[in-house]
Amino acid sequence: MSVDTATVRRIAGLARIAITDEEAARLAPELGNILDFIEQLGEVDTAGIAPMTAVIPNHLRLRDDVVTDGGIRDRVLANAPQAEHGFFTVPKVIE
Amino acid sequence: MTELTDLGIAAIRNGVRDGDFSAREVAEAFNAAVAAAKPLNAFLVETPDHALAAADAADTARAAGETLKPMAGVPIGMKDLFCTKGVATTASSHILEGFTPEYESTVSQNLWNAGAGMLGKLNMDQFAMGSSNETSYFGNVVSPWRRSDGGNADLAPGGSSGGSSAAVAARIAPGATGTDTGGSIRQPAAFVGISGIKPTYGRCSRWGTIAFASSLDQAGPMARDVRDCAIMLEAMAGFDAKDATSLDLPVPQWEAQLNASLKGKRVGIPKEYRVDGMPTEIEALWQQGIAWLKDAGAEIVDVSLPHTKYALPAYYIIAPAEASSNLARYDGVRYGLRDLPDGANLQEMYAKTRAEGFGDEVKRRILIGTYVLSAGFYDAYYTQAQKVRTLIARDFQRAWEACDVLLTPTAPSAAFALDEKSADPLAMYLNDVFTVPSSLAGLPAMSVPGGLDAAGLPLGLQIIGKPLDEQGVLNAALAIEERAGFTARPGKWW
Repeated sequence: MSVDTATVRRIAGLARIAITDEEAARLAPELGNILDFIEQLGEVDTAGIAPMTAVIPNHLRLRDDVVTDGGIRDRVLANAPQAEHGFFTVPKVIE
Repeated sequence: MTELTDLGIAAIRNGVRDGDFSAREVAEAFNAAVAAAKPLNAFLVETPDHALAAADAADTARAAGETLKPMAGVPIGMKDLFCTKGVATTASSHILEGFTPEYESTVSQNLWNAGAGMLGKLNMDQFAMGSSNETSYFGNVVSPWRRSDGGNADLAPGGSSGGSSAAVAARIAPGATGTDTGGSIRQPAAFVGISGIKPTYGRCSRWGTIAFASSLDQAGPMARDVRDCAIMLEAMAGFDAKDATSLDLPVPQWEAQLNASLKGKRVGIPKEYRVDGMPTEIEALWQQGIAWLKDAGAEIVDVSLPHTKYALPAYYIIAPAEASSNLARYDGVRYGLRDLPDGANLQEMYAKTRAEGFGDEVKRRILIGTYVLSAGFYDAYYTQAQKVRTLIARDFQRAWEACDVLLTPTAPSAAFALDEKSADPLAMYLNDVFTVPSSLAGLPAMSVPGGLDAAGLPLGLQIIGKPLDEQGVLNAALAIEERAGFTARPGKWW
């Protein structure tokens, strides 16, 4: 499976990773090789096989519908690159 | 008297309990060993005060005549994937540089509750993505081992738990936590001649462990021998309501039930694990392992796991897909790095932050994961991989009709030199060919040292067990350990 640089750019855009032209040129054959390798899965007959959802049979538990935490705003914000007035801050998104 | 740093977990626990030495003496000895081992680059952060505080608590408890906790006085290394309250946690990445968790992971808290102390945070492959510890933002970990040919090429300690493996092999920690997504405990353990077990998926809580591939990630211990692994796994494991996939089961007394007699047990030898180009020494060690297990009373049976060759390609769809989703959280808003060029908008900030903060291998896997999950490709890649995963798990279920555990080599080669394989991502992925299938099936699996190759480097044997049968895995590994008599250790050059 050959991957072109336009595809690399599209995927990097979806993944929100900025890449340079040089990086796209380097990544295209690398990703192509990996995709070639994983494409051998296509030869496995999986008709009637259910996709794996849990490796060990386990039932999702329900907990009581009660408040279990809260009141830790400063701890939540403690590692933020930029926090002001008790909020995470980001560049302006509304014109 | 032997050096305190030559002692493993059980010997330290027993010696502290019996008053042969104080826990403080042990912590001081290991703290000094850690401080003197900088050339290995195994530790990212050293926390001598944490180790001393736990030691003093153990000594105080003993002086007061209290029953000591299961790991009282044992200092350990903590892989940097586990969030530790108040201690920098980066997963060896730039994007989490400066992150100091406000909370403690369940696994590390369980260890502190058991009386263990922390020597520091251990270097690793960035976000646990790698098999040689060459993807860390903070530099390679160097294996304490050297080839016996007189050359002093720096060798890979394996990965992703490379700081853990190097620290235990170098005797600067008696035990360390690891995590295993596709072999990240077992392969590094094999590369440095120590033991390591990945328990059944769900035994150890994933809460507070930085996520790579959530359906595969499992924590486990890395230590000098099987008994030490059993002790440490008992402390780490247990139900945790904060992890939706945590198994609500009591933790067995693995150490108390260790038994190296395999009478009545059947050991399966999967023919598909004989791969082209595998060194003859590894084939020979495998045969030796078969002889050892026979000697322990086991019956040897040939089994077939027909979908083995598809495990790696399935893994390299499923793991990157889950990683691309898990790592979406690193956006420069809530924690870690932010790269905000003048005048950049929010989308540009995300893209610049992630470009700056992730290493090449992490980007590669995020891109592969994003590709296989993207519109139009999801069924062909991801759904097909999950179906193949069902077939791989079914192979194992069928094997369990004929045997109780499986014996295989742990890795297809001994440790390679740093830089030897890093140029070819696919060649690096092949390191995990024997460890990935059991990860995809969620099974307990362990590596135990078997011997040395012609270059004087350790080789490991892997035992794979039925779901929840860590005991069977530990017992078979113990049978190998008792017969292998592996006492080789790296000469100190650091």
